[in-house]
Amino acid sequence: MTLPETRREDPAWTADTRPEATDPVLYRIRGLVMSYGEHRVLDDLSFDIRRGECLAVLGRSGSGKSVLLRQLNGLEAPDEGTVEFDGTDLAALSEYDLFPFRRRIAMLFQGGALFDSMDVYENIAFPMREHTDLDDVEIAAKVAEKLGMVHLAGIEAKMPADLSGGMKKRVALARSLALDPTTVLFDEPTTGLDPVTSATIGRLIRSVQTRLGVTSVVVTHDIVLARRVGDRVAFLHEGRFRFLGDWAEAEASEDEVFAGFLAGREEEDDAA
Amino acid sequence: MLDPLALARHTGSIAILTGRAFVGLVRRPFELGLWTEQMEQIGVRSLGVAGITTIFTGMVLALQTAFSLPSLGVKYYIGAVVAKSLVRELGPVLTALIVGGRIGAGMTAELGTMKVTEQIDALRSMASDPVKKLVVPKLAATLVMLPALTVIGDFLGVLGGLFIAVVQLDVSAGFYINDVTTSLTLQDVASGVGKAFFFAYFIAIIGCYNGLNASGGADGVGRATTDTVVEAAILILVSDFFLTKLFYLVA
Repeated sequence: MTLPETRREDPAWTADTRPEATDPVLYRIRGLVMSYGEHRVLDDLSFDIRRGECLAVLGRSGSGKSVLLRQLNGLEAPDEGTVEFDGTDLAALSEYDLFPFRRRIAMLFQGGALFDSMDVYENIAFPMREHTDLDDVEIAAKVAEKLGMVHLAGIEAKMPADLSGGMKKRVALARSLALDPTTVLFDEPTTGLDPVTSATIGRLIRSVQTRLGVTSVVVTHDIVLARRVGDRVAFLHEGRFRFLGDWAEAEASEDEVFAGFLAGREEEDDAA
Repeated sequence: MLDPLALARHTGSIAILTGRAFVGLVRRPFELGLWTEQMEQIGVRSLGVAGITTIFTGMVLALQTAFSLPSLGVKYYIGAVVAKSLVRELGPVLTALIVGGRIGAGMTAELGTMKVTEQIDALRSMASDPVKKLVVPKLAATLVMLPALTVIGDFLGVLGGLFIAVVQLDVSAGFYINDVTTSLTLQDVASGVGKAFFFAYFIAIIGCYNGLNASGGADGVGRATTDTVVEAAILILVSDFFLTKLFYLVA
């Protein structure tokens, strides 16, 4: 297998694409606890993420989905527990020791988080300038390729302020793919978008998944998106997964809270 | 009310940020492009406001000196009074207060907006260090440009005093300039420039710290920006007292 130019030299990058990486589990999360003041957002959470799958994490707003996602690339460290990524506990690493892993784990933020001061080209070129030896011609070719993947060819000169919400997220997706990551974390990728644009984003996530063979985690409260992209689905409620399984199991689930969420039913304390 | 625990926490966090920023300042790679961009932003664009402040301060000093004690004939010492007061004290302090308000608030607003729109997290998620990319260039540029602006401001302030001395007080230009050059010592200049270095550090580190710790959307960024202006001004004025004592002791 020929590795992409950006990964070839760095053993840390190639770790989960190397032939001997046969462990079907990429993430092993054990006993994760995270509290903000008195509020326990994640409560002894343990689960695995399989190599190459797309795990959709559903949950209500404020249920701790984004907090969980931020543990998966070390943006936040848990109070307790381990986040083992390809054999290394990310929770035990310092900010600088996390850098090699973050090159492999891309993240798409809720609002896109494009750099306001840079145009689209510079935004996508940024990680390549930071972490590769590619020259300007190679970077230009890669930027065009990544923009093509999100169906936005030719908008290199636009500033983020000139883009719609959907376009921002697609450019952010192109940027997150700039270093050819092996894992992509999506934080509420369709929040604030109309149904048609949401469907486009869902299709793009799926196509990234199938074309690049990445492992993805999508946290969302958008059930339509979760059905479209998720190989498996998890339901986060009160700091724990009330459900984790494939969609056939999800449909058959007898968990009242999860079934209620899927059906869009209010809980008692909401209705009161 | 002032919470001592919160104050200790902030002081500790600022000390950590200072350590990381100074390590970033001397560790490769040096982002010289970013440094020069910031120098232009912080230094060149503040030249006008710094110049106006010190020119008029020099002019006021000349007038006040002459009109306050006319019977003592102090107008013949105007050059010395204007130069000493400006170079040792008013030049660095006023330049730091005026320019610091402008650039410190700008730093907080920029970094605070980046923080609340997750751009800082995006940087971290792309394996880049926000301190190295954002704080170090601002600190380096302020450390270079504020003392430079102070020196330019001192010069313009002395020229302002000259203008008033010649036009309004009938003191000859040669007399005024001779008075300035004979009264000013190297210690005066070193004291003023030395203060400017400390003020530059306070402005940059407070501006960046408040920006990086902003939260709560546009409202939070607004509050952080106001905090920067107030905290930087207080730090400049309080530290000026201790720095003045220190520089006299050293001299």
